[in-house]
Amino acid sequence: MTIAGPRDFQGNPVTPGLPVAMLAEVTHRCPLSCPYCSNPVELTRADAEMPAALWAGVFAQAAALGVLQTHVSGGEPASRRDLADIVRGARDAGLYVNLITSGLGLTLARLRDLEAAGVDHVQLSLQGVGRTAADRIGGMQGSWDRKMQVARWIAEIGFPLTINAVVHRQNLDTLPQMIDLALAMGARRIEVATVQFHGWADLNRRALMPTREQAAQARRVVDAARAALRGRMVIDYVPADHHARFPKACMGGWGSTGLNVTPDGTVLPCHAAQTIPGLTFANVRDTPLAAIWHESPAFNAFRGTAWMPEPCQSCERKTLDFGGCRCQAMAMAGQAAATDPVCSRSPLNPAVHARADADAAAPTDELIHRRMAREEAPRP
Amino acid sequence: MTAQPLPALVPGPDPAAAAVPVPTAAAPCDDAGFVAPPADPALDAGMIPFLPRGVRLARDHVRDMAILQAPERAMQLDAVGEAILTALDGRPLGAIVADLAARYAAPADQIDADVRAFLQGLIDRRMVFVRAP
Repeated sequence: MTIAGPRDFQGNPVTPGLPVAMLAEVTHRCPLSCPYCSNPVELTRADAEMPAALWAGVFAQAAALGVLQTHVSGGEPASRRDLADIVRGARDAGLYVNLITSGLGLTLARLRDLEAAGVDHVQLSLQGVGRTAADRIGGMQGSWDRKMQVARWIAEIGFPLTINAVVHRQNLDTLPQMIDLALAMGARRIEVATVQFHGWADLNRRALMPTREQAAQARRVVDAARAALRGRMVIDYVPADHHARFPKACMGGWGSTGLNVTPDGTVLPCHAAQTIPGLTFANVRDTPLAAIWHESPAFNAFRGTAWMPEPCQSCERKTLDFGGCRCQAMAMAGQAAATDPVCSRSPLNPAVHARADADAAAPTDELIHRRMAREEAPRP
Repeated sequence: MTAQPLPALVPGPDPAAAAVPVPTAAAPCDDAGFVAPPADPALDAGMIPFLPRGVRLARDHVRDMAILQAPERAMQLDAVGEAILTALDGRPLGAIVADLAARYAAPADQIDADVRAFLQGLIDRRMVFVRAP
């Protein structure tokens, strides 16, 4: 049977829009080993990474497709020696370049090279406040001191700076200090993002799940800081959706405005999409980006609203939150098309809350840090 | 006049709520030793609004529209928004308003209110900075 035009996974016709942003995960390598890393549990090894020349072609295709900005990320993008070449490729394509970094591996000379290559803005991650806490979460002695040095260099060069603070049970109580630090560093914006419990973070949910009281207090801190810092620093807050009434509008809707290219060139609607069985993700080395965006079954699978089951189908919020996160639905409900179980209208919601409360009360702070498979195997 | 955020690059609305202890940069944290830069002056007729580093006007050729590119944000601009931001060339707000009022043959009071509201929205997003002459 052949049906012309893009269809969702049920065969309903869909109308793809145009992407605005592209996440370029140029490597999965990273000197840190944060226990909530958004990279997949099966990490791509260095020898499978696309060279800078191939990335340049991807950026050019992305710009022609409608992408306006790229987030050059990883892993730690500075783990690539040719990072400046990659950035140059993105700027040559006309894209706005956000560098998403932990700071580890950057020197003043490298930052100046990246400035010359065209980095527009730097987003620096924050694992915690202070040497002890930050080094423990990042899994690297000395990482805090090096990050603080990089922050000084960023200010010296004058890059616009965003601080990305990933928060969880073990650091959420220090949120006021995180906001203070970002302000002191001269950041224009701080993004306070609660750990999303996929992949590595899911392995650590008993050690990282915030308590309800922490989530409520974080909301109060954010609201007060926003009022006090209006016009000085923007505060974006991604709350713990396990405690919310409605799910987050994941990716603004599947395949609607963003795409993610992995180190080896696989193109995904979001960084966790490979956790959904049955979807096949094309590689930009084999297939043009526009064809992947407009025509691939994986990108079309959950576009539009026709595929939605109840209670989403008759819900007035279906075009606001798109039924939440497909990967979370897969992980918790066993079906990617199900209503995201963090939604209060999902039949699974009471169980989600019970599990989140149990995880939040778990008597452990022990962390499983991310690592490459076979990393500890003896070298020949 | 509007600056509409393009969807993927801007988070959703966040409800406001109660008062709690407010973070300030007065108490430096740990031993990092940073000193917060001063706040910008308030937007006033004599002050100079400007696009800071990392924020620039651009053309979206695929969608055929004017946009403002900023850190992790892209905003769609209408003709009036584009005209205001193009006028940010180092002059104080008062001169910019007078110029736009003359160009669009509109009452200066109304232009002044519109321009201030537009710029304040971008100041609150840290996409426009303000400095003294």
